[in-house]
Amino acid sequence: MKVIGEGLVKAFYLLIHGDPEVLRVTWLTLRVSGSATLISILIGIPIGLLLALIRFPGRRILISLINTGMGLPPVVVGLWVSIFLWRYGPLGRLGLLYTPTAMVIAQSVIAVPVVAGFTLAGIGQLSPKLTLQIMALGANRWQTWWLLVREARLSILAAIIAGFGSVISEVGASQMVGGNILGETRVLTTATVMEVSKGNYDVAIAISVILLLLSYGVTLILTLLQHRGRPS
Amino acid sequence: MIEVEGLKVRRGKRLVLDVDALAVEEGEVLAVIGPNGAGKSTLLEALALLTPAEMTYRFAGRAARLPQEALALRRQMAVVFQQSFLLDGTVFDNVALGLRLRRTPPAQVRKQVTEALERFQVAHLARRHARALSGGEAQRVSLARALALQPRVLFLDEPFGALDVLTRSAILQDLRGILRAAGVTALFVTHDFTEIPPLADRVAVLMDGRVRQVGTPQEIFSKPADDSVEKLVRAAADLVRTLG
Repeated sequence: MKVIGEGLVKAFYLLIHGDPEVLRVTWLTLRVSGSATLISILIGIPIGLLLALIRFPGRRILISLINTGMGLPPVVVGLWVSIFLWRYGPLGRLGLLYTPTAMVIAQSVIAVPVVAGFTLAGIGQLSPKLTLQIMALGANRWQTWWLLVREARLSILAAIIAGFGSVISEVGASQMVGGNILGETRVLTTATVMEVSKGNYDVAIAISVILLLLSYGVTLILTLLQHRGRPS
Repeated sequence: MIEVEGLKVRRGKRLVLDVDALAVEEGEVLAVIGPNGAGKSTLLEALALLTPAEMTYRFAGRAARLPQEALALRRQMAVVFQQSFLLDGTVFDNVALGLRLRRTPPAQVRKQVTEALERFQVAHLARRHARALSGGEAQRVSLARALALQPRVLFLDEPFGALDVLTRSAILQDLRGILRAAGVTALFVTHDFTEIPPLADRVAVLMDGRVRQVGTPQEIFSKPADDSVEKLVRAAADLVRTLG
């Protein structure tokens, strides 16, 4: 209990005093996970939409791959992204390993199937007759898709929340492709693991509280967006 | 107004609709009746160009090139389903949606939406959220949304199926007056034979995906074309008599 109390006090202290290192790590966490979430929205939502609305050969195989991807272990993603980014790997010449960009790539690989899978489920839950009704109102294909996305807004924002949750909380991939380098690639999750390994439980608890607050803040904004304009 | 020949709809390898020829005349209300699974809704969706079908399709006397002209033709039609399918937003936004999709000027949208809401006696609900309406109100809004488009053809797929008898009767009376006044051509799928006399000029009987008979309600009930049609209308007449 004493450790928890000390951790909470430490968190309060770090937040109040605006510790530069903590602020840098928090900002990098937000930047990396925010970018990965944005990429996963841009790629995952169209994939989910296409899989939900268009019938084509091999669709079910792709859906099963997306469903499998929703549970991808971050360590496995970290390993494969590292292999691709190693100096002698297929993308080694880009020199991205141990940079925030590598972390964004790895986190995007984790989040895209999550966002695509939840989008697919959300659109799939809408009645097929709703699509007919929208078409019957005179919507062209793009207008139909846009209106369906709007109708599935709750599910799609849940997809984004789940995507953000999956990357803000992962540690394995960020550790492997980022290397937890101070001032370069250290994020809140890798910093927590490091402090625990050093036995600094109070600092680890403090960082974990900051991580929780950050996660809650972003999720709160997304939840408010999700419920905006709906009857209570 | 709409003439089709050689209409075939397949679901996988199964032929679910096979209609040699069918015409919906300008200004008439054609009711489509038949047992469950006869293909009534599929026929409506095919004629409203909402489902892929093989057919020769003429609209207002002109042969249509499909699917290239499907959107342009759909924008001259409107469909009301059994479920109202109102989208997230206010009643006004729902009724305005089809007009906005056609890029109608805002002033014209306001005028047509207001008129349609007034015709179906739901103008007072304009600012209400569409998800907060009762079943009857939602279906009135759905009808207003369709009529606001000033369609040349209106398709109705069991639009009163989910309503209680009082609401159904009130909306039916309003709809009859509005259709007659506007001279809108309509195709109307129904299970309920009591809805035929107030609305329909002609009736098409559909069974197993084929049109068995087309005629006035009197012809269908007095001179059924074959045993299966006779069985259907007799069962309906018996039911009405039992209830009456």
